[in-house]
Amino acid sequence: MTSNTTLPRRYPNRLGLLGWLGKGRHGIERYLYTLHRLTGLALLGFLVFHIFVTSSRLLGRQVWEPIMALTHHPVFQAVEFLIFVAFGFHALNGVRLLLVEMGFAVGKPEEPVYPYKSSLNRQRPLMLTMMVLTGLFILLGGFEFFALDH
Amino acid sequence: MRESRYWVLHMLSAMVILVFLGLHMALMHLSGVLALIDPALAKPVAWGHVLARARSDFFTVTYIFMLAAALFHGLYGLRTMLYELSENPALRKAVTVSFVAGGLGLFGLGAYALIAMHLMTRA
Repeated sequence: MTSNTTLPRRYPNRLGLLGWLGKGRHGIERYLYTLHRLTGLALLGFLVFHIFVTSSRLLGRQVWEPIMALTHHPVFQAVEFLIFVAFGFHALNGVRLLLVEMGFAVGKPEEPVYPYKSSLNRQRPLMLTMMVLTGLFILLGGFEFFALDH
Repeated sequence: MRESRYWVLHMLSAMVILVFLGLHMALMHLSGVLALIDPALAKPVAWGHVLARARSDFFTVTYIFMLAAALFHGLYGLRTMLYELSENPALRKAVTVSFVAGGLGLFGLGAYALIAMHLMTRA
């Protein structure tokens, strides 16, 4: 007979990384959650790179200017635009998450009377507004990166 | 209790990043659009503009705050994702210790560069 105290705790409902992909009937917010994490990882990677690049200015103009010239390469410009898109999405979706976390836009608690209204559906206009703003932000960035001469 | 404090800090750092990184992204990555309004805002990575920002107290202080907030926010976020993958206490501690060390190292490098440039341009 084994003692329960020696057994490791199990959470059979934990999906791990596969859970990021949905694995069930979920609203669009589930995929925004995945995208929020992926853009967060991309931004963190860029931040580390950015700290090293910008610290190089300590070495003087003769080091700074060749590094900045590299950033005008089309590949780097494309990566920079993707980082801009990731920032726009992460920031505006983050505003939605902050507002929901603080209890805004989800309605007040009420008796569950059919047809049920969930807080997820109540915050959907906020989600749509934030995604439209993200789209506008990306369009503005696209104009900057691809239409204006640098 | 400690974890809920970290979560509140994660939220607060998000607000700091939203304001300062929003300003930074606009100045650095929408410079062409902004230059249509004020031509002085064009070419923000030109050496003269880099020195002007380094000389400014406002930019130096806000960059240091933004660096701290962004590193905390990003590393705490990644730590949360990694914590979900394993419940092994030793592994979790190793993640936390390495992130604290890495975060402090990156903050040290970034803050040193900011302060050293500020002092050099002021001299």
